[in-house]
Formats: sequence, C-alpha cells, structure tokens
Amino acid sequence: MAVAHTTSGGLDIRKTAMWSFLASELMFFGALISTFLLYRGRTNGGPDAEELFDIPFTSVSSFVLLMSSLTMVLAHNAWERNDQRQLRLWLLSTAGLGLVFLGGQFYEFSTFVHEGLKLDTSPFGSSFYMLTGFHGAHVAVGVLMLSAMSILSFRVGLTKSRGMNVELVALYWHFVDIVWIVIFTVVYLLQV
Amino acid sequence: MATIVEAPPVAPAAPSSRGGLWGWLTSVDHKKIGIMYGISAFVFFVLGGIEALVIRWQLAVPDGTLVNEEVYNQLFTMHGTTMVFLFVMPVSAAFGNYFMPIMIGARDVAFPRMNALSFWIFISGGIFISSSFFLGGFPDGAWVGYSPLSTQSEVIRMDFWAIGLLILGVASLLGAVNFITTIFTMRAPGMTLFRMPVFVWMQLVVAFLLAFSLPLVTVGLFQVILDRNFGTLFYDAATGGDPILWQHLFWLFGHPEVYILILPAMGIVSEVLPTFSRKPLFGYQFVVFAGAAIGFLGFGVWAHHMFTSGLGPVAETAFGLMTMTIAVPTGIKIFNWVGTMWGGNISFTTPMLFSVGFVAMFTIGGLSGVTHSIVPADTQQHDSYYVVAHFHYVLFGGAVFGVFAGVYYWFGKVFGRMLDETIGKWHYWLMFIGFNLTFAPMHFLGLNGMPRRIATYGDGLGWNYWNFMATVGSFVIALSILVFLYNAVRSYRSGELAGPDPWDGRTLEWTTSSPPADYNFAEVPVVEAIDDFWYKKYGEDEDHLPVRLDTNPLDPSASAPQEEFHVHLPSPSYYPILLAVGIVTLAYGFLWLPVGYLVMAAGLGIMLWAIFGWAMEDIDHPMGDNGHGEGHADDGGGDDAEAELVGTSSEGAE
Repeated sequence: MAVAHTTSGGLDIRKTAMWSFLASELMFFGALISTFLLYRGRTNGGPDAEELFDIPFTSVSSFVLLMSSLTMVLAHNAWERNDQRQLRLWLLSTAGLGLVFLGGQFYEFSTFVHEGLKLDTSPFGSSFYMLTGFHGAHVAVGVLMLSAMSILSFRVGLTKSRGMNVELVALYWHFVDIVWIVIFTVVYLLQV
Repeated sequence: MATIVEAPPVAPAAPSSRGGLWGWLTSVDHKKIGIMYGISAFVFFVLGGIEALVIRWQLAVPDGTLVNEEVYNQLFTMHGTTMVFLFVMPVSAAFGNYFMPIMIGARDVAFPRMNALSFWIFISGGIFISSSFFLGGFPDGAWVGYSPLSTQSEVIRMDFWAIGLLILGVASLLGAVNFITTIFTMRAPGMTLFRMPVFVWMQLVVAFLLAFSLPLVTVGLFQVILDRNFGTLFYDAATGGDPILWQHLFWLFGHPEVYILILPAMGIVSEVLPTFSRKPLFGYQFVVFAGAAIGFLGFGVWAHHMFTSGLGPVAETAFGLMTMTIAVPTGIKIFNWVGTMWGGNISFTTPMLFSVGFVAMFTIGGLSGVTHSIVPADTQQHDSYYVVAHFHYVLFGGAVFGVFAGVYYWFGKVFGRMLDETIGKWHYWLMFIGFNLTFAPMHFLGLNGMPRRIATYGDGLGWNYWNFMATVGSFVIALSILVFLYNAVRSYRSGELAGPDPWDGRTLEWTTSSPPADYNFAEVPVVEAIDDFWYKKYGEDEDHLPVRLDTNPLDPSASAPQEEFHVHLPSPSYYPILLAVGIVTLAYGFLWLPVGYLVMAAGLGIMLWAIFGWAMEDIDHPMGDNGHGEGHADDGGGDDAEAELVGTSSEGAE
C-alpha cells in the first residue's frame, strides 16, 4: 500500500509518556511556586526569609544537585555505549549526590525549625515547607529509581534493548534539577 | 450493479475469551476496562440521581421537612461530586477506552497495565468517597470545597472529599498520559492526525486538559489536607492565609474540567450526526481546531466563577472578555453540526435524537453561559438557581445527552446486540421532557432571587409553583432512566443481533466484529481518508451521490471465529488492582491516626509488593502461539514491552 505513512512520527512510546507526565509536573510546581510567591511576606510574626536563609549553604547544595545532572548525563552516555561498569559508577554517583542534597535539605529544615519557622508558624512557613518538601520528595523518588537501576545493572545488565529505563530516569532527574534552579532563584535568591 | 458481500451477524461471544471474575479483575484489555468504567459510572449515576431526587423532594414545597440542613448539605455536595467525578468523567473514559484505540486502528492502548491501574484507582477513589456515608456522613462543603467550609469543620467528612479527589486525580492523570501516548504513537498506517475521527481528537484535547489542570487542584487539595491535619495556615485568614487562593487553584482546574466533561460528548455527537445524516462532518478541520481552541481558552476564563470575590475591575473585564471569546469556537461547532445535518438524508434513530437534543440543549446552556460573562449581570445571578439551570443545560442537556447518544450508537458494537429503538425513543422523549421541566424553571427561580444550596425556602416568595414543577420533572427523568435500564437489560439478553456494521458507519470500529475480537483487528487497517471505511464502501456517481462499491472492507475477524487468528496480546495482571488496593488502604489509614499508622504501613506494604511485582512481572505469556513474537523476548519488565507486543503484531499484519 502506497499510503502506509509512519503515523507515530518517530516518537518513542515511553518517552512520549514521560514528557506528558513531566508537563503535568510543571504545572504542579508552578502552582506550588505561585502559592509561595503569594505568601512570601506573610510571616505572622515569625521569622522571614532574610533572617533564615543561608545563601552560601544553599548555593553549595544547589551546586551538588546540578553536578548530579552531569553524572546523570555520563550514566546515560555509558548506557548508550553499553558500558556496564561506567553506568553503575555514574548511576550510583548521581544517587549519592541526590542523597547529599537531601541531607542538606534535612539540615536546613532542622535549622529553620530551631530558629522558629515551623509548618504552622505562618503562611510563609507553610508554603516554603510545602514547596521545598515536595521537591525533596521528588529527589527522593529519583534516588530510589536510580538505586533500582543500579541494582538491575548489577543483576542483569541494562542493555539498550532492555527498554528505555535509563533514559526515562534521566529525563525525570533533569526535570527535578531544573525545577530546583527555579526554586533556588525565586524562593532563595530573590527573597533576601 | 453494485452488490456487497455482507458478513452474516455473528452471535455475540463473551467480550473476551478470558471470562470469569478473575478474568475481569486482572484484565488489561482496553475494551473490558472500558466496559467496567461504563458500568461503574452508571452505578454512580444512579446514586447521584437518588441524591438529586431527595433534594428535589425536599424542595417540592416550601418549608420541606424530609431532611435537615446538615443532611441537605451532604446531599448536594455528593450529588455534584458524584456526577462530575464519578459519572461524567469515568463514562467518557469508558468511551475513550473502548473506542479510541479501535478508531485509530490500534490493538490496545500504549500501556495496558497502566490503563487497568487507572480504572482500579478510579473505582477505589469512588468507593472511598462514597464510603464516608457509613463512616460519619458524606462530605458537606459543596463540590467546590470552598475554604473555610472545607478547612475548618472538625469532622473528617471533608478529608474524605479531599483525599478521595486526590486519588481520582491520580487515576485521571495516568489515563491522560496513556491516551496522549496512544494517540501520538499507536495510530494505524495512514491514520494521520487529520484523518482521526473527531471523537479521538476530543479525547486528545481532554487528555491534555487533564494533564495540565489536575496538578493545580492537586496542590490545592494537598493544602486543604495539610490545613486540616497538620496545622498549616494556607487558608487561615486570621494569620494571613488567603481563602481566595483556593478558589483560584480550584477554578484553574475547575474550568478546564467543564470542557473535560463536555468535549467527549461533543466528540460522540460529531460521530453520530454524520452517520445518520449520511454526510461527512461539515468542516472537519474547523471542528477539530475549535475543540483545541476551547481547550486553550479554557485555561483563561477561570475567574468568571469568582466575579463576586472582589477581583477588581481590570481582572473582571479581562475575564469577562475571555469568557465571551470562548463562545466563538463553541458557536463554530454548533454551526458545523447544523451544517452536517443540513441537506442530509437524516434518519431519526435514538442516537440521532439524543445528538440533536444535545445540540439544542447545549445551545441554550451556552447562551445562558454567555450571560455570565457580563459581570454586572453575573453579580446578580451568582449562586442563584439561574447558575444551576445554566450548568445543568450544558452538563445534563449537553454531556448526559451526548453520553446516551454514544450508548445507543455503540451498544451493539460493545455487546453484540442492539438497544431497542422503540423503548429508546420512549427513553429519549421522557428524558427530554423531564429535563426541560426540571431545569428550565430554574432560570425563572434564579432570576426571582432563589439562592442555590439552601435546604428549604419560605412560603410566599413566589417560588412555589416552579419548584414543584421542577420536582415533577426530576421524577420524569428518573422514570426515563428506569426505561433505559430496562432497555439495556432486555436488549443485552435478547436484542436484535448487531452485526459488524448496523448503522452503515464511517469509522474503523464498524469494520470489526460486534463485539470486537480481543485483538480488535485481525489485519491492521491501512487508512487512506477521513471516514476511511465509508469511502471503502461507497464511491460517487456523476451527481456526487454515494454508490455502493462491490467490496468487502470488513476486517477478517468480522466473519470468522476469533480462534482462527493468532495475535499476541499482553498478559493479564493482578498488580494494577493490588496497587489500587494499597493506595486506598493508605488513604483509610490516614483518616484514623494514630491507630491508622498500622493501616498505612499495611497499605504501603501492599503498594511496594505491587510495584515490585509489576516491574518484575514476566509479561511475555502469549495467549496463543503466533508467528511474530521476536520483538519483546528479552524484556524483564516495564510497559514498553507491552507496547511492543502490540506494535510487533501490527507489523506482522501489514
């Protein structure tokens, strides 16, 4: 038949799904960031952004998270070359950097609570913890997926024909990183 | 002389060769999932309808005493929540699931197990919300859940509501991702985007609307849950929180939601009208682009629900203008539907009646909608019965009429036997009369000042007559639904056999057997035109009148037993239902902390078991042996293998 066009337009099924999911996630974080911007000055007598934020510290943890995107790219590259050793190395480094970031967030949260900003202190506090908390949860899910990938790599090896998994995790991970760049700029840098 | 080889009507088999309860619970077949969506949606439709009848009985006469205010609040909250989230949304998911893949010439959706997961999460969420009836009472903060009604009541009812909607949101998001992927990547050869049936286009627009609007209300719902349970101050005005934020988040979702409810019905009507006018859809591309335009504009009009909340003149003017703008693509569609019927060879079958009713009733609802865009007028109408009349004309006169058009149109395809036309016409006319008797008077009531959401009203306000008539109308609607249920049961058992193409249809689903084989198509169709099936049946004479061609464009499965074709299908899986059970267990546990921590732990355990099993599941058990199983042999897990199965078999058939 002459008319047998390729109707999929060359789109990969799993990547199409991941992109549409991430588009949805973009709106999710958009709503969280909007809430924060609405409530940034409503401190209800509690501490405000300027008193709390430690920009040098958060800059370092942001840098750690950005570097994890680099290691993720290296992992993806190793996967494309079918280099299992390198793949494992970079997957685990990415997960490790993610854990360092989460540790930094845990430290930051406990410091803020110590300085008097809790979930129920002010709308500012509620929206700050909700936004950064949901971002942290996304990083944690990413770390879980990276660990699962690494375990699979040890057990059976992640070949190219074995689905799109590394590429999908990479898409997700980069997305979570990009969201953090926005959060760091809007929530931290612009508020002090 | 043109003759055609008509396939004899094959007696309907069970919808799938894997029957039994276990077969349904573990099915990943988009058709079975569609049927389950449809039946559960109708159960919720009856529940929501009973709630509406109690409301109407209470309001039939002044100072009604059937229920007190507390119960009344629960009734209208659950009526709205049930009809929107548990009836219209899942019933359009039912049609989408069953027919979208067939209409694009695919053998299943892109992610069959995720599709099953959507359904099971939906049904768990529906049961979760409805179970509140036995666990302290229905939610009572209205379906819009405005703070402080949602955040400051002490009982857990609104927790049921907020968490239940979160669960339903997950189901819809998974469905949306699945549909977007399926429509973009699984179309049959030659099925370009602009050859897709309008129904499929509308499902695509709806999927995008869901993907972009659900996360907004998700954030709002999380804020309500956090406010209620963890002391956050999002909606606490005393400490600087802003309840108006909830209205923005809710309506940023809620207005696209209106189009999520109506666009699938518009898609159904756009299939039915051409079939029974025996003409192509007038201005196909205009209808498609108008649908997409409605989707885009739908994100820019949300604040017209909030004109009385003090937005300020600039915002009110902007949103008023945007709201008027959205009438343009809607009007385009209405003119195109009328243009489709104009000069057509119309046969007034039951689906056609419902479609014509849809166009007329939706136009009335659309016009009263335009009156809301005029801010001073809206300020008068706000929260009055005029608004109730308006949205019932678009959602009942629109969406529900569209849904019944689809039910009468496709029942024969799904169950192999046609719904009875005579009883169907009784159903239509009863519903049409009852609907107008119920909701047309509400325009007058609203303009006469009757507010909505009041449990009773005093004598002597001039509202008695029309309230009584509306109550009479609502029971006529109930009678029409009983007629429909009788028709459905009777026709399912002993209706006329449908055969593959009972309506002389235009789209691919009519090339398959009724009900379609598990694999839909024995040979993947090759598409050459819009309404491809029609042009394979009919040519044109010199006067451009259709002439039947001497061809048999039916799929081979339509005239031969299913067993003759060996097509590789994804295996059934019980992990989707297990995961849904885990999620709902987690949700129930959350409501009764601290004891609930144990339940939550159990829920998490079930979820982990299901996710792990899902990822590791060997989905490569062929249902029958086949000649093309090579493309998926080495995959240990993940949905792409399922997709490949379907893709591989379609390659094999080309």
